[in-house]
Amino acid sequence: MGYQTETIAAISTAASNSGIGIVRISGEEALSIIDKIYRGKCGKLISTQKSHTVHYGFIEDGDEMIDEVLVVLMKGPQSYTGEDTVEIDCHGGIYVTKRILDTVIKNGARPADPGEFSKRAFLNGRIDLSQAEAVMDIIQSKNDFALQSSLNQLKGSVKKIIGEIRNKIIYHTAYIETALDDPEHIDMEGYGDKLRVVVNDILKEIKKLLLTSNDGKIAKEGIKTVILGKPNAGKSSLLNVLTGQERAIVTDVAGTTRDILEESIQLEGITLNVVDTAGIHNTQDIVEKIGVDRAKSSAESADLILYVIDASLPLNENDFEIINMIQEKRVIILFNKSDLSTVIDETEVKKWIKKPIVHVSAKQETGMMELTGLIKEMFYQGEISFNDEIYITNSRHLAALNDAYKSLEKVIESIDHLLSEDFYTIDLMDAYEALGRITGESMGEDLVNEIFSKFCVGK
Amino acid sequence: MKFSASSVWENKDEYQVVVVGAGHAGCEAALACARLGLKTLIFTVSIESIAMMPCNPNIGGTSKGHLVREIDALGGEMGKVIDRAFIQSKMLNKSKGPAVHSLRAQADKKKYSNLMRQTLESQENLEVRQGEVVHVIVENGKIVGVQTYSGTIYHCDAVILCTGTYLMARCIYGDVSMNTGPNGLQAANYLTDCLKELGIVMYRFKTGTPARIDKRSIDFSKMEEQFGDEKIIPFSFTTSPDDVQIDQESCWLTYTNEKTHDVIRANLDRSPLFSGTIEGTGPRYCPSIEDKVVKFADKSRHQVFIEPEGLETNEMYVGGMSSSLPEDVQYTMYRTVPGLENVKIVRNAYAIEYDCIDARQLYPTLEFRKIKGLFSAGQFNGSSGYEEAAAQGLLAGINAAMEIAGREQLILDRSQAYIGVLIDDLVTKENYEPYRMMTSRAEYRLLLRQDNADQRLTKIGHDIGLISDERYEKLLRKEKKIKEEINRLHHTNVGTSKEVQLLLDACGSTRLLSGSTLAELIKRPEIAYEQLEPIDSNRPLDITSDVMEQIDISIKYEGYIMRQMKQVEQFKKLEKRKIPEDIDYDKVKSLRIEAVQKLKKYRPVSIGQASRISGVSPADISVLMVYLHC
Repeated sequence: MGYQTETIAAISTAASNSGIGIVRISGEEALSIIDKIYRGKCGKLISTQKSHTVHYGFIEDGDEMIDEVLVVLMKGPQSYTGEDTVEIDCHGGIYVTKRILDTVIKNGARPADPGEFSKRAFLNGRIDLSQAEAVMDIIQSKNDFALQSSLNQLKGSVKKIIGEIRNKIIYHTAYIETALDDPEHIDMEGYGDKLRVVVNDILKEIKKLLLTSNDGKIAKEGIKTVILGKPNAGKSSLLNVLTGQERAIVTDVAGTTRDILEESIQLEGITLNVVDTAGIHNTQDIVEKIGVDRAKSSAESADLILYVIDASLPLNENDFEIINMIQEKRVIILFNKSDLSTVIDETEVKKWIKKPIVHVSAKQETGMMELTGLIKEMFYQGEISFNDEIYITNSRHLAALNDAYKSLEKVIESIDHLLSEDFYTIDLMDAYEALGRITGESMGEDLVNEIFSKFCVGK
Repeated sequence: MKFSASSVWENKDEYQVVVVGAGHAGCEAALACARLGLKTLIFTVSIESIAMMPCNPNIGGTSKGHLVREIDALGGEMGKVIDRAFIQSKMLNKSKGPAVHSLRAQADKKKYSNLMRQTLESQENLEVRQGEVVHVIVENGKIVGVQTYSGTIYHCDAVILCTGTYLMARCIYGDVSMNTGPNGLQAANYLTDCLKELGIVMYRFKTGTPARIDKRSIDFSKMEEQFGDEKIIPFSFTTSPDDVQIDQESCWLTYTNEKTHDVIRANLDRSPLFSGTIEGTGPRYCPSIEDKVVKFADKSRHQVFIEPEGLETNEMYVGGMSSSLPEDVQYTMYRTVPGLENVKIVRNAYAIEYDCIDARQLYPTLEFRKIKGLFSAGQFNGSSGYEEAAAQGLLAGINAAMEIAGREQLILDRSQAYIGVLIDDLVTKENYEPYRMMTSRAEYRLLLRQDNADQRLTKIGHDIGLISDERYEKLLRKEKKIKEEINRLHHTNVGTSKEVQLLLDACGSTRLLSGSTLAELIKRPEIAYEQLEPIDSNRPLDITSDVMEQIDISIKYEGYIMRQMKQVEQFKKLEKRKIPEDIDYDKVKSLRIEAVQKLKKYRPVSIGQASRISGVSPADISVLMVYLHC
């Protein structure tokens, strides 16, 4: 419960294409953390500098240079939170900003809780008393969202693995505790060696999770975007243009079928998980029909639909099927092939569906700026916290996995050093608690319940 | 009506505290009050049942041994009495870490009871009275007295309820059901109604005990003998180890088998537990043998410990086989166990149901939130065990006395004592069964060791007035010695001389490559302070074994201890943030509805306590801190 004074960090800019991203660190260790990861031009440590100064240099993760940055130093109490605060202004784009946040966390900060900066600012007297209610609202609403997205973002398979690991940990902890509680009934001879095998297996599993997490495979980040259109409307070439525009990374997400291709795209700081679908049309071909059905079902669950209309051809029954399907969804209509002579116009489309329209030419790559701008507008103005939370959530998951890993390493260490079993459970429970932060489960009476349900205890 | 109007009589003797019940909780409560100078009256339904042990014949055991040590360190009585009444003693978990070492003694029950009775009877300011209290009298939300079954009213400023398992007690085995307390003693059938009228929420709990059997009917040759420790360590910090090196009695180990389990399974339908006759909630940690057989069906045998009930009786306790099966099944069942083939039962096993309270109606001082001056302790609060009861009794007694004296009350927190964990759990968490102490319930157990209870609590006991100056000064000298000696060990270097290397060889340790401090050597698991004497020429001569123990533990587990101390620091910050009693949770707009309901119901005294209430999320805690600007 070192919670109230620990040093916290978060990305404090919206995940937008603002050109810069800011990572904010606040707390007792803010200065020592920045000293560990910042290399200034003249080799000076930030902590020795005057408050309210700006410094130019680089953020490094070990030997690797992550970004060229400006560091703003505000020593407490003259800062937003009233604590020592450091802001790292980097080159924006979620990927870099997130790398920096992860580096900060790796060096001793923990991801901030929802609304925690405001809470600290308030408790340290930096926010007017009249703002108390607003601060309380922020905490609760951000927390609701974080909880929800934490679980939503967690891939089912990851959740399952973490659940299984936790079950193993609590089982062995309960066994040891039962034996300690009832030494005359339960023997622990050789249990250390047995536990070592179990814990080493768990360490391997967590390591795997940690490795994949960098590819964004722990949390499903981003907006699920589905491209729809009748065959040959230009969907695939649109996707190609989009992927060509990305600024940071492209990751192929596994699990694609022969007819649905999914790609994760960083579009000026926004992550889109784009699903390209088979063209929707009436077909008797069984294989094709499966593809069409899949396209329909992915459209159902999409956050955003890009509906591609071939402007050089009149609307046909296939278009109307799509239009019927997407009336209630968040949609951007793309008039493709605007470089060719158009046979339909906006007015006609608007008769059937009222959604924003952008003219693009996948071939000539025109209209892309407009499209990007529109997506940004839709997703940042209304729901800006959506993206924020997803990244922060993922950082929290990472931090928790790292904590669990370290605790389990300590268990192995204790076994190697021939410490007695009651020391193992201290670190086992720390690991259990850390993993629970990912799945949103608190410890409560878990251990006592496990002891009673799995083991026969008592006189 | 329990009495006619004409028998109502006011006793004009002046009492400040009335303790209801003279079990383990009541005795500690009454002694604490009397010793703190208050005129105290203790009621018991039977003088013969003072400090009776109606279940197992031992004091201490894992985590319970810690409680006894803590009671002693605060100035309580249990440790002193068991040091005079034990017939076998064992330090459990000796091969494990120091946090889980626990002392357990087999008691001569009669002797324990008698010694405690003598202690009460010879205590200044304390009177013992046989009688049943049927009313607590409350005026303007404050205690003013009690009334007994005979109609007599006694005036007082505080009442401490320690009714154990007596309230509306019912003993059951098979289809036999008797409205009596433990051991066939008279139940207390009236107080519950009075408490309900005062708005107190009652629970009904259940527990049980095995049969007592005749020693002469046991074939011990078929059992494994269980001896006590060779070197006996006393419970009380005031008892000299030399005084407890007695000849010990043995206990005996045998096992149930498939035959036993068959008998039980064939008669399950006759068990009141399974037929639904028993409505009380039983403890999961103390299951009856029929519970064990049903729940752990894959186990082919369960341990059975045969333990003496005292030196002057033939009765033996059948540990591990508590039951509420009918009498005939009990005979058949016990007789399947090796060594018990011809066993004669002296007392039947039985289950007992009783009224207790939801302890969340109490402040952490064990005073009722709604009624000033009304305190409670022990099984009445939903706990189980002699030690848990005594610990609460002591705290309730201290706090009643502090309140009357207008002094600050004593709340031990989870980082100070097992007693703190116990009481915090009772008054904060939802309890569905009698609560038993376990070391796994203590978050900071490496700090809450049985060996350092004096260092943790004796100063507090002294401040309160239950520990003499002499005892306290002795502790200060001990602490000084420990500190100086640890410091010296950290600054004493040994080289790689032949003498040092040979000593290391002898300890089974590896040789030094370069110089080292003595403290570094003690960090090695295979080396203890005592063994280094030959290479430690400046060692003071007056280092006693208890000081040595502290030195070894402090140095060996330094890393873990520091870690827990850091956690405690953080924990204390939240405990210190008090929540005003008159807080209106409805006005804290951003709290979730569930949190508001829980907080309104349990009214935590601090942010720390609030954070342990199930249904109150970390975000709610943050909101609350903002609201309270703390």
